Amino acid sequence: MAILVRDWRFLLGTALIAALLLFSYGGMLVVPRSGIQVGQAPFNAPPSWDYPLGTDNIGRSVLALMVYGIPPTLAVGLIAGGVSTILGTVLGVTAGYFGGRWDAVVRTAADVALTIPTLAVLIAIAAYVRSVSIPMTALIVALLAWAGPTRTIRTQALSMRERQFIPLARLTAANHYEIIFIEILPNLLPYIAAGFVGAVSGGILAAVGIQLLGLGPLLVPNLGMILQYAFNSGALYQGMWWWWGPPAVALILLFFGLFLISLAFDQLANPRLKASV
Amino acid sequence: MSLLYLRNRLLNLLLVIWIAATINFITPRLAPGDPINAIFARLESQGQVIANSAQIIDLYRERFGLDLPLWQQYLRYLGSVLTLDLGYSLSYFPATVSELVMRALPWTVGLLLTTTLLSFVLAVLLGALFVWRGTPRSVHLIGWVLVGISAIPYYLLAIVLIFIFAFTLNIFPAGGVTRIGNVASGLSWSSVWDTLYYSTLPALSILLASIGGSALGMRGMMVTVLGEDYLLLAEAKGLPERWIFLRYAVRNAILPQVTGLAISLGHVVSGAILVEVLFSYPGMGYILIDAIRGADYTTVQGITFLLVVSVAVAVFIIDVINPWLDPRILYGKR
Repeated sequence: MAILVRDWRFLLGTALIAALLLFSYGGMLVVPRSGIQVGQAPFNAPPSWDYPLGTDNIGRSVLALMVYGIPPTLAVGLIAGGVSTILGTVLGVTAGYFGGRWDAVVRTAADVALTIPTLAVLIAIAAYVRSVSIPMTALIVALLAWAGPTRTIRTQALSMRERQFIPLARLTAANHYEIIFIEILPNLLPYIAAGFVGAVSGGILAAVGIQLLGLGPLLVPNLGMILQYAFNSGALYQGMWWWWGPPAVALILLFFGLFLISLAFDQLANPRLKASV
Repeated sequence: MSLLYLRNRLLNLLLVIWIAATINFITPRLAPGDPINAIFARLESQGQVIANSAQIIDLYRERFGLDLPLWQQYLRYLGSVLTLDLGYSLSYFPATVSELVMRALPWTVGLLLTTTLLSFVLAVLLGALFVWRGTPRSVHLIGWVLVGISAIPYYLLAIVLIFIFAFTLNIFPAGGVTRIGNVASGLSWSSVWDTLYYSTLPALSILLASIGGSALGMRGMMVTVLGEDYLLLAEAKGLPERWIFLRYAVRNAILPQVTGLAISLGHVVSGAILVEVLFSYPGMGYILIDAIRGADYTTVQGITFLLVVSVAVAVFIIDVINPWLDPRILYGKR
């Protein structure tokens, strides 16, 4: 932990995401939710005192959309990241620790899941239901995203099994689950955290992607939805920067923040990378 | 090459194809009623009129044997999918999905092949330069900027590039290659020039999004390789530094990059699809969005299936070539 707090990448990354959350939850105190309803404001208006980020082509305040759109966008990532990290940790640790046939099954399944492009599966399902809800998107993403964490955690658990302290623990008659929880898991924390951050970012990536194709949730405001409406209405070519700009900037900050945090965790997991920065 | 390794890779490929086909088989059947009628009912409820709908329904009933028990339908479906028979497009009947895809495929393959190779070469160079002592500061700076940019998803880069180069500077088109007459037909200098002109921005967004990440991977490998004993030995032998760097360090660090390429391929393909949509580039992504908007469900399924399969095949090919480039893989895989 002490190392993390001194790592500028971790600090900057966390600060970026905290800033987005602050903007959103602070904004909710000031900006009424009614602003996200259609026809509440003039159409296509540039930023003004009443509408600081202007309005879109169906009379919604872009500021209100942003304020209420950030939490659902993050939620997809957190659900997808949480589910896939738990799956990945359980599968990776058990496969690496117990080995044998179970390991072979997990390894094959992870290789298969890694090969399948998440977005393709998401599109195949979403195109049929026409619009996938946020938890549904997150779960579909998680069903494929567990493979990454599983692989790294399995490799680490495998190497840990061979180290001195595991046979020692076994000599003291600890059972397998005590060994896994007390000896192995704490040592894997940086890898688990790195896997979680990666999965969060993957979840948001896929959710915004599916939204840009017009297959996302229709009623819940989120950053991908604002971007999709703006792009489809040609905001980009009409110079309506206040409409496509804020969601694009917020998403760039979000992904950049997550990227910085994952770099910090990578370094924690693999200190050798520091050698020549 | 060991047979066991080859068998495992082949099993992997078949499993991916099987899963993709099964998802396509199950999804429409999760809804009550028979899948083809359900599609048409939904289309009609949206006020869309499908010409020849009776004919398509008959063709589907016959092809899928919709009156047979479910497991027989499933086997028939798997059989037809294995021969790449993806059925008819609902929007462009009597065109088949395969016909639609064949028209778009050269565009996507061309774009992806060029950008993937370019990005691989540039990333290897950049990753190696990060670690080399003689690298000028300016290269480090550009390198880290590229790494930072790679954190941004493909589609956001595409939007930013459209804004900068198409809207503000007006140097490149923001798409439109599909409009008839925009690209000179036939193989001539002007058609090649046109293709390049319309492909530059899509290619640039894919490159910018992918170089930094793999350069970072290459850098990590280089750091690991530089700690190896054989480099110390090479230095002790008095070999020139540049020689050690290229023939000993880079040569060994490149190989895991190939594996990394196989793993990231699915990511690249998904990203490219969205980039094609945003630039109206006439590849698979464009057909896909067209099919989504037109509720042409068979085409959507066909394209997503082909995407999954082509990534799996590409990964399989890389996996098979890889141990031949790097014999360590056969032993280190476990």
